[in-house]
Amino acid sequence: MLLINCPYCGERPEPEFVYGGEAHIARPKDPDSQGPQDWVRYLYRRDNTRGVHAERWRHTHGCGRFFNALRDTTTDHFLVTYKTGEPRPDPAKATP
Amino acid sequence: MTPFSGLSLFLKGLGGQKGWQRQWRSPEPKPAYDAIIVGGGGHGLGAAYYLAAEHGLTNVAVLEKGWIGGGNTGRNTTVIRSNYLFDESAALYDHALKMWSDLAQVLNYNVMFSPRGVMMLAHTVHDMQVAKRHIHANRANGVDNEWLTPEEAKAFCPPLNIGALRYPILGAALQRRGGTARHDAVAWGYARAADALGVDILENCEVTGILRDAGGRAQGVITTRGTIRSPRIGVAAAGHSSVVMKMAGVELPLESFPLQALVSEPVKPVFPCVVMSNTIHAYISQSDKGELVIGAGTDAYTSYTQRGGLHITSHALEAICELFPMFRRLKMLRSWGGIVDVTPDRSPIIGKTPVPGLYLNCGWGTGGFKATPGSAHVFAWTIARDEPHPINAPFTLERFTEGNLIDEAAAAAVAH
Ligand SMILES: Cc1cc2nc3c(=O)[nH]c(=O)nc-3n(C[C@H](O)[C@H](O)[C@H](O)COP(=O)(O)OP(=O)(O)OC[C@H]3O[C@@H](n4cnc5c(N)ncnc54)[C@H](O)[C@@H]3O)c2cc1C
Ligand SMILES: [Zn+2]
Repeated sequence: MLLINCPYCGERPEPEFVYGGEAHIARPKDPDSQGPQDWVRYLYRRDNTRGVHAERWRHTHGCGRFFNALRDTTTDHFLVTYKTGEPRPDPAKATP
Repeated sequence: MTPFSGLSLFLKGLGGQKGWQRQWRSPEPKPAYDAIIVGGGGHGLGAAYYLAAEHGLTNVAVLEKGWIGGGNTGRNTTVIRSNYLFDESAALYDHALKMWSDLAQVLNYNVMFSPRGVMMLAHTVHDMQVAKRHIHANRANGVDNEWLTPEEAKAFCPPLNIGALRYPILGAALQRRGGTARHDAVAWGYARAADALGVDILENCEVTGILRDAGGRAQGVITTRGTIRSPRIGVAAAGHSSVVMKMAGVELPLESFPLQALVSEPVKPVFPCVVMSNTIHAYISQSDKGELVIGAGTDAYTSYTQRGGLHITSHALEAICELFPMFRRLKMLRSWGGIVDVTPDRSPIIGKTPVPGLYLNCGWGTGGFKATPGSAHVFAWTIARDEPHPINAPFTLERFTEGNLIDEAAAAAVAH
């Protein structure tokens, strides 16, 4: 079980959270101009990184808010959590 | 290779089991092959075997970064069935199920296929509707699947509790031809049979790069044991498919999640079949050693750690204890995880890729062991002929762009 640091509430056990998938995938601003190749990238293709992965979590059984995290998928170690809307931190500078 | 027979087992037994040969060679990599398979799981080893046995390609190598069968092939709970909803899936999984029935004879290796019946429980009205829809769809496709009342389910599996449960048992769908097989034996049997036909099995050989010519065609691979050239490269790397395909610049619609299983202390034969419950996330069978083999769900997050959270396995055990109260005092011996590659529609990808000469077999997620012979068979066809077999033709990578999903996700989005 992971211990996750909600940027609003602090450290809480994993069952309080719901995983929200890869972070920083923006919905196309102008859907009408998108072709099938753009939609498949937005809807289905994922980095599935082996290493530092930017991802969304939601503190469902707490404050209820979405936030982002950098986690190493080879160790499950969280490097940092940060608020939605903030840019992806530099993993080298991130402190847990 | 000396063939196995009842007599040879008996005679070696008299001789104290001495004098068995190695089952496959451990050769040095050649500089070039006619075809290379990346990934020494059942799907990769099987593909190499069928390339040699059915397509005359014997100058073939299987490249495995660890030891063969050390991935999901050796970590799964070995449930075999073919009662999938859609026509495309029924054709693919039933192709495999038919091949299981004589695989031990074909490979001259006991894969211990045991069609003891797979029973899937229904706990809600919605479950009943889904199960009956499957049964009708399966019958239309010539795949056996039948509805059992709670009493008939208990008669088929006496340990089952059909009393007052939090999620009562309203019935079950039974595929009698379904069952289990010995996972390691599948990897070893294919490796031995492929090796006998000339295939090189190269263990501790991790692929770290894919070479392409000026026109973009795949030409070979860079590995921890040197560069190996080949005009045909088949990737069957399961949880690591995204990592390997990125080496050729191909991005996949995949996410890799941990999936866990555990076994109990061994006990006398008590459990006659396989029971699965998608609704309360648990499935169970008994191995020939006597251990109860129990499957849990996937963890929520993507990971490559080959382990998962304890709350996932305890959740599965709670369900097992409620369904089978007689197991409440059993001790669990071991638990482990594998990394499963999940597609958005929970159907696999088997086919050509945007890179000529590079072929892909992945996306089996939580349920690809059952498909091993069929998948390997059509994958070998695709590699040898540079075109899909009719059975895997719908399972393209392009289906996600074209919108032709084979949406088994809606049918069974949990471990199966
Ligand atoms: C706990 C668990 C329970 C399961 N239960 C069932 C079940 O009951 N029924 C069922 O049908 N399915 C089940 N599955 C799914 C099933 O195990 C898989 O779908 C199937 O075994 C995949 O086989 P494979 O040959 O494609 O992959 P694997 O056996 O994982 O083989 C892939 C191989 O590729 C190698 N590899 C990766 N990267 C590289 C590289 N760069 N270079 C060289 N080699 C590389 C890996 O080391 C690995 O050995 C389960 C899975 C798990 C984890
Ligand atoms: Zn919070």
